[in-house]
Amino acid sequence: MELNHEQQTQFGPQADSQRTLYPYVTGTSVVALKYKDGILMAADMGASYGSTLRYKSVERMKAVGKHSLLGASGEISDFQELLRSLDELILYDNMWDDGNSLGPKELHNYLTRVMYNRRNKFDPFWNSLVLGGVKNGEKYLGMVTMLGVNFEDNHVATGFGNHLARPILRDGWHEDLSYEDGVKLLEKCMRVLLYRDRSAVNKLQIAKITEEGVTVSQPYSLKTFWGFSAFQNPTVGAEGSW
Amino acid sequence: MKKEHASFNPYDNNGGTCVAIAGADYCVIAADTRMSSGYNILTRDYSKVCKLADKCLLASSGFQADVKALQKVLGARHLIYQHQHNKQMSCPAMAQLLSNTLYYKRFFPYYAFNVLGGLDDEGKGVVYTYDAVGSYEKVGYSSQGSGSTLIMPFLDNQLKSPSPLLLPPQDAVTPLSEAEAVDLVKTTFVSAAERDIYTGDKLEIVILNADGIRREYMDLRKD
Amino acid sequence: MFRNQYDTDVTTWSPAGRLFQVEYSMEAVKQGSAAIGLRSKTHVVLACVNKANSELSSHQKKIFKVDDHIGVAIAGLTADGRVLSRYMRSECINYNFTYESPLPVGRLVVQLADKAQVCTQRSWKRPYGVGLLVAGLDESGAHLYYNCPSGNYFEYQAFAIGSRSQAAKTYLERRFENFMDSSRDDLVKDALIAVRETLQGETLKSSICTVAVVGVGEAFHILDQDTVQQLIDAFDIVGEAEGPAAEPDAPAGEDAPADQAAGADQGAPADQGVAPMDI
Repeated sequence: MELNHEQQTQFGPQADSQRTLYPYVTGTSVVALKYKDGILMAADMGASYGSTLRYKSVERMKAVGKHSLLGASGEISDFQELLRSLDELILYDNMWDDGNSLGPKELHNYLTRVMYNRRNKFDPFWNSLVLGGVKNGEKYLGMVTMLGVNFEDNHVATGFGNHLARPILRDGWHEDLSYEDGVKLLEKCMRVLLYRDRSAVNKLQIAKITEEGVTVSQPYSLKTFWGFSAFQNPTVGAEGSW
Repeated sequence: MKKEHASFNPYDNNGGTCVAIAGADYCVIAADTRMSSGYNILTRDYSKVCKLADKCLLASSGFQADVKALQKVLGARHLIYQHQHNKQMSCPAMAQLLSNTLYYKRFFPYYAFNVLGGLDDEGKGVVYTYDAVGSYEKVGYSSQGSGSTLIMPFLDNQLKSPSPLLLPPQDAVTPLSEAEAVDLVKTTFVSAAERDIYTGDKLEIVILNADGIRREYMDLRKD
Repeated sequence: MFRNQYDTDVTTWSPAGRLFQVEYSMEAVKQGSAAIGLRSKTHVVLACVNKANSELSSHQKKIFKVDDHIGVAIAGLTADGRVLSRYMRSECINYNFTYESPLPVGRLVVQLADKAQVCTQRSWKRPYGVGLLVAGLDESGAHLYYNCPSGNYFEYQAFAIGSRSQAAKTYLERRFENFMDSSRDDLVKDALIAVRETLQGETLKSSICTVAVVGVGEAFHILDQDTVQQLIDAFDIVGEAEGPAAEPDAPAGEDAPADQAAGADQGAPADQGVAPMDI
């Protein structure tokens, strides 16, 4: 047993502590969908330290270059580090100044390679990433996990969203969703997540990307209703329990 | 020492089933299009069949990130081969390359379960079946992935291929016609989708023959 | 005998501000058999003259496919050309691996030029003795570049390099204004005529030239010999329609196998005047 422990730490305690062995500060679900003119994405602004709600104004959706929008759940510091390296990538891409630019498809593939390479080093970026974008009239929406698992779909959701939001999306999504209907559908998802996901907070942003560019909304909250009678007197139907 | 956290697991199993059947002048390669993770369905339309060369197709299930990396490595190696030899790689050559590529990562394996199907130099169907670390065998038909335990015995029963122990060796290609083989593949997947939660949504069938490549799709259970 | 004091080392400047070894490497380009490139909005055509080394040998390959969207034609040391082509191929494969999209032509050309430049600044290296015409297609359209051993590179509408390329250039200069809107077939025709110009009276046959095309909806490919012969016949450009342009700088007797090596017996070029590094 002791020997086993020795083997595990053969690279020294330092090497161990420089890897993300588990996440510290985490963001919860990101939900995104394709709509008529591009991509809509929603994420709340909470960041948890374990079960403590540690931060309440964390932006988890950011524009990357002209054509892409990146959203992340999972370790916030890893996401912010990733954004720094992506900004550098985009800067170098712009510096060529040759009329070519990395589109959402290229970035999604790049991110997949980054995530997969880090998992190969046993030093993963502890995130699920959602990449949406529009370039040359082509809509793009894809996802990458911390292991490098990647795919495209008409709508995606990370974490709890995968359980709670995607069924709603499958039900309500169609190809030529208007902006208003898209936002409504996302808010429906976010409201369910708010009710049922313990780490979700009622302060969210919705981001939009179209051929014209990226806009991330100001933080706002959803109308909720907690006055259901079952909430007010939860034991009414369970006689004999406390 | 008590562990506080589960250690990082670099693997996932994204499920999926692959089948390939070789005939006298055709090869049928099929896989479902569901991609799962645990009890989640990540997407219902992800192709597991990859065209590696004009007469060579690879169907893979297992860990999608590894599968994708493997496909990309083989794709790049095939490009280099084309630059150097001015021709497409043959299916037997690709089969050996796949084995070598898998074995190269013997001690941190690609968690990928592959069936390689195609036509040989005479235009005869061939199927190669693999394990994750590169052992492979040329066969007449095969199945890999989450539904393979359901499909393989069914194929054994239906195709009754000659025993590989026979001497002199008997040809492994199945006696079925192309249309019969496609029908058989459809049946196997409908059956597998009944019991295997990682198989479903849609079936992609790729048929390779002298005329080229043809794709067929069929819906499977979505639950 | 005259001996140049400043040409024994790549990194040594002459008092006139020239690097002789680099200039010599550019001479090697002129000795190789001709390569020609021209482009329209949508297509780029490369063509080259194939000279066999001897009666008994076949000729060397001078046009290489780099990727589906890029190809090169070379003049000078074929061996160096192959090394650079291999480098370009691997760059394309690597880019495609990370981004799953084709490497923009202009970026590959800069990387190639940087690679050539390094050789002009290291005492233990030798500049590449090959000029490359890089034809390619990317999201900003069709492109034709010329890469020089000096590390310089230029984008062109049409260009020719190699022995007696001046004749082809003269022809191209006369015609290039129409190229932008040319059809693919017209580009091929002009390429063949430009090739013929460099032959100085020799008959144009498919056996002594190679033609390659890349364009919108058409991956880079080398036309097979029969197709080229059919085009030559169809365009009726076997003989000399118009008198070939005078070749002012054609060295005498350079019909000798040219692609093999830079002439060591050329001696130093006249060392007066400004550095001709921009060619």
